[in-house]
This record gives sequence, structure tokens and C-alpha cells, in this order.
Amino acid sequence: MNLKTPSKLEKMLAAGHLAVTSECGPPRGSDPASITKKAEMIRNHVDAINITDNQTSVTRLCSLAACIHLKHMGVEPVLQMVTRDRNRIALQSDILGAASFDIHNILCLSGDHQSFGDCPQGQNVHDLDSIQLIQSVRHMRDEGKFLSGDDIARPPSMFVGAAANPFADPFHIRALRLAKKVSAGVEFIQTQCIYNLDRFEKWMEMVRDLGLTEKVFILAGVTPFKSAGMAKYMKNRVPGMDVPDEVVSRMAGTPKEKQSEEGINICVESIQRLKELPGVAGFHIMAIEWEEKVPEIVERAGLYPRPQIS
Amino acid sequence: MIVGKQKPLDDIWNRVKGFEKLLVFGCNTCVAVCHEGGNKEAEILTSLLRMRATQEKVPIDIRSSGIERQCEHEFFDAVEKEIEWADAVLSIACGVGVQFLVKRYPSLQVSPGLDTTFMGDVEKPGLFMESCQACGKCILDLTAGICVMTRCAKRLLNGPCGGSTKGKCEISKEIDCAWQLVIDRLEALGKLDDFVKVVPLKDWSTGRDGGPRKLFHEDLES
Repeated sequence: MNLKTPSKLEKMLAAGHLAVTSECGPPRGSDPASITKKAEMIRNHVDAINITDNQTSVTRLCSLAACIHLKHMGVEPVLQMVTRDRNRIALQSDILGAASFDIHNILCLSGDHQSFGDCPQGQNVHDLDSIQLIQSVRHMRDEGKFLSGDDIARPPSMFVGAAANPFADPFHIRALRLAKKVSAGVEFIQTQCIYNLDRFEKWMEMVRDLGLTEKVFILAGVTPFKSAGMAKYMKNRVPGMDVPDEVVSRMAGTPKEKQSEEGINICVESIQRLKELPGVAGFHIMAIEWEEKVPEIVERAGLYPRPQIS
Repeated sequence: MIVGKQKPLDDIWNRVKGFEKLLVFGCNTCVAVCHEGGNKEAEILTSLLRMRATQEKVPIDIRSSGIERQCEHEFFDAVEKEIEWADAVLSIACGVGVQFLVKRYPSLQVSPGLDTTFMGDVEKPGLFMESCQACGKCILDLTAGICVMTRCAKRLLNGPCGGSTKGKCEISKEIDCAWQLVIDRLEALGKLDDFVKVVPLKDWSTGRDGGPRKLFHEDLES
């Protein structure tokens, strides 16, 4: 195994196991208990936990601090980092800060537009974009240098990830955009939530045709619906989300008290189908404010117990 | 050209009602094209402000004037007397014109009557679209001739992001996704291969971030 970092997630993927990651959103306050509580619920069922970075542009406790809390618990964090709020000085600085706590995974994102959040009057930075952030982390890690070219004493050692959304438009360039991320140096991908499995399979076919599954680990993203209302909201209100009508009707056709169970069923069925898909290297389970369901999903999908990696 | 939008009348009135002799001053080039700050708009605004003054019984003498460009000395000769008369000028030029007035008449009270909104084109009569940020280092050849710094809400140099839906931006169904436009044009030109090339980190120091910019041609100095 030719490993580039001490990341447990990298080891898991390199060993050929289907990896399982999940994510936790930090609180809108400074009490770390909500993070540690969420992490405690799922730590035995996942290989690493992403901490979101002010997701949907709503101000929250910072991703880096939350990752440090995970680290102190002995849980493997994936530091999500958006280019919306930081220029290249702050990005590099936060990467070093994370590296100083031996945080070994980073997810490079551009971030939702600030107009969705609690500070729509704020500026967005986007000094770099997500692809350039991938390049920058790889440069810092592999060359041991800052973007300026100066040497870094003890460079970061991070397994570099990014997102991919096969459901955004235009569809036919979505595999090419992944190719762009791969050429920038991305090593793992967590996809947008998959509800339209046919479209995802078509995208994966295009990705395989470009030879990308040989170069990057793709973790399929899934999110269980809690209710029919959530399914409708995701379909109609969340940009870049593709929820087919039949999925919405399946949720809507289920009695209200059984809807959350049906949401879990759909999620588990999706994982089971995608497990067979060539090129899928694992799953990223985003149970939004529903972390307690992650263990059940992982177990029912046949992904438990997690392989032990030293 | 520079596009602007007149401030709401209430806002303008609150800025100027304390003066005694007010000159409403138009700029008849860029902001006249968008029908917001030209000499004709200065006349209309003058009438509206006079009506307001009458309604509110405020003793203020309001006159209207204007020149071709408020950003160049050579156009001011014809209006020196009018400016001298005024104790305040309400300029409906862009921010460049407002500041040039201040520079030229350091003791004059100057209020802006217009919000300078963007540099753009006239896509069709009445429709003005932002198209350039004056970043100081043009890379339009890398993005199929479409300025993604201006037209992408996240100014992504390697878009489109995951929010692009049916050709529209994630922030509004009214806004085209800049990267959809880039891809459409690359395809029309048979150059989609260019899409895969990663656009490198941009040097923003030639833009606002590097401090105020200037251009000086020594040979033109009189």
C-alpha cells in the first residue's frame, strides 16, 4: 500500500474496503457538547466524520475547532473548508492550524452562496475556488511549500478530498469537471446526496470511461428523508438536488408516522444498489440533524462492523 | 460603460433639504445612456425636488444644469457660474464624477444622487447587464470570452459549482449560470477540451485589492 498520509480514511480506501463517512454540523453557539454527543452516537459505525464549514452560509462554530474536539475524542475528522470566507492567507493558515492537531483529511469546497445564510449582506471571498484549493493543499503537502514558494516547517499531511455533484447542470460536463479536480490532485470525492440512482449510474459510467475511478476514490453521498415534507423541500428548494417524482410519491404515500422509517428504507436500498456499482469506493452518509440513525443505516446496509485499520 | 441608478427621491430629499441654493447636476455620457443621470434626468429631478420643497414649505432654490462628463476638467468652463452660485451640488454622475467635483471644488458641498452600480453593456434597449469588474488582468481568453469574475456569483475560475440548475445560478432563477454560458460557447467553438484545463490562481493585486490604480501617459501631460 502506497500511502501518502497517516489518514485512516486513506488507509481504509487503499486497503480496498468500502469506506463509510458521515458528517456533523457544528452548533450555533460555543458549547462543544453537541458535537461530541453527535460524534459519540456514530463513532463506531463510521471511519471518519466530516465537520461542515458554516454550511448554507449560516454562521456556526468553526469547522477547525469542532475537528479538534473530535480529535480529542480519538475520532478521525474530515475538515471541510470553503473558499467563500477565507483568502489564501487564511486558508493556508487554517490548514497549518489543522495540521498542528494532526488532522489528516480535508474536503475542499467553494461553499454555498452567502445569500442563503444569516449574513446575506456579507462579502464573499473566493480568492481561490475549490479546484485551486485542492491544488494548494497538494502543493503545501507534496512540495512542503507555501503558495509563495517559501518552505513550510513540518508541512501538512492531509488526504485531499472534494465534493462532486452529478445532479447539477450541465450534466454532460459533470464527469469532465471531476477530471479537472483529479488533475488538480484530489484523492477522494464525496458526492451530493443521491436520490436519482439512474442518473448517478450514468455519471459513474462517464467517470469510469474517463479512467477517473483508477485515480480517485468516490464515496457516494446519501441522506435519509425524515418526512415527505423534507423530500419535497429537497426536490424544489435545494439548488443542484435531483429527487425523482417516484421517490417523493413513495414518501408522500406512506402514513405520516411511518415516513421516517420509509426514509431510512430508501437510504438503505440506495446503498445496497450502489455497493454493486463499479467505482463506488464507499459511502458518505449525511443524516442532517438525524445522526442517531446513522448506526442503523450502516448496519442494515451491511457495512457493519467497520474493518479495523491500525 | 458605467451604469447607475438614481437614489429614491425620499433619500435624495433628506440629503439636500437643508441647503439654500442647490444645483442638480447631470452627467450626459455614461449615466445618460441608462436614463438615470443625464442632463434630462437632472431637469426632471429638479422639478420633483421643487414640488417637494413647495409641499413641505422648505425655502430652497433649486436649479438644474449638466455637462457632457463630470470626470474631465475641459467640460466645466461653461458651468463655472452656476456652480459658483450654488452652496451645494447634487451630482447624478457616477461616483467618479462626484469625486471629481470634490477634487475640483474643494469647498463645495457635494451630495450623490445616484448609486453607481456597474460597468456593463446595453443588451437591448432598456436592459443593462454587468460584464466587467476591472480586475486589471484580463483572462477572457481562458473563459470563452465570458467574464466569470463578474457573472458567476462566486467568481469561480473553475466552475460551474454544484448549484447550477437548468442554466441558472443557485442564487436566482433570473440569473444565468456564467459557467453554463462558458460551456455553451466552448462547445459552439468546438473547444470543450479547453474546459478541462485548470485556470490557475489569479493575481488579484492588479485589481482593487492592490490599492487605488492609476494610469499616466507622460507624453500627454500639458
